Amino acid sequence: MKILVNNEAREVAGPSLADALDELGYGGAVIATAVNGDFAPARSRPALMLREGDRLELLAPMRGG
Amino acid sequence: MEVYGVTLASRLLLGTAQFPSPAILAEAVRRSGAEVVTVSLRRESGTERAGQAFWSLIRDLGVRVLPNTAGCHSAREAITTAQMAREVFETDWIKLEVIGNHDTLQPDVFGLVEAARSLTADGFAVFPYTTEDLVVGERLLDAGCRVLMPWGAPIGSGRGLNNVYGLRAMRAHFPDVPLVIDAGIGLPSQAAQAMELGYDAVLLNTAVARAGEPARMAAAFAQAIAAGREAFLAEPMPPRDMAVPSTPVLGQAFR
Repeated sequence: MKILVNNEAREVAGPSLADALDELGYGGAVIATAVNGDFAPARSRPALMLREGDRLELLAPMRGG
Repeated sequence: MEVYGVTLASRLLLGTAQFPSPAILAEAVRRSGAEVVTVSLRRESGTERAGQAFWSLIRDLGVRVLPNTAGCHSAREAITTAQMAREVFETDWIKLEVIGNHDTLQPDVFGLVEAARSLTADGFAVFPYTTEDLVVGERLLDAGCRVLMPWGAPIGSGRGLNNVYGLRAMRAHFPDVPLVIDAGIGLPSQAAQAMELGYDAVLLNTAVARAGEPARMAAAFAQAIAAGREAFLAEPMPPRDMAVPSTPVLGQAFR
């Protein structure tokens, strides 16, 4: 299915968010996720099924003021 | 200073952005004596994984982190970002920023109060980036905030305290609330001024990160903030309009 990952179109098999993260190479990375603007906690990822056109945000620690 | 049940010996909170290198950032944090540093969340790139290395560096510093919601322009964005930050950084602390204007980076105080209410209900310890407006301060306290962080001047401007009168009024109006000057500080003298007014702490970033020698400037700020705090506790004299001789007049020669 086609989804948007950090606003870039990507093709993933899924079907869960956890599967998609592994597929995208983020398994084990310190990241937080949101789907369609809503926070998706790490514990919810295995059961959270992605759908065509979903907007996935992957955020990581960064410098900040 | 005590905030949300945590006692902090240092009254300098330091941002981690814009430093020339990770090593210089680490040295500046050490020289500043800061026990709290602000951090953020950004989109992770597919190949660089800069975020993982940054987080590893911060953890090694052994300081408490205060994640921010910088760049959020609505309460909803800020709330989602705060929830994501809590999971990644494993802290309930959040520096809440809801930006209302692209040019001034002025807080959207309406969205700020809305987000603060929602986040405190969800168990967050909210540090709101606000203005010196007293009514907004009241609303933020009503929303559950236990600290207020008014701007000194626009973020990154280095202009110091733009509205000393307003900030003095804020200190007087909220005598028991921890108040932190957040944003706009450019020089140690400006940080000292904030402390002399009775502010509890200063949060700054650009003034240190953009200095020619960031670690040295961090140390300078630490000294100025400590001096300003001591001056406040020593109760400064009130200003006078007229000269008053400091040397005794009694026994003066040639009179």
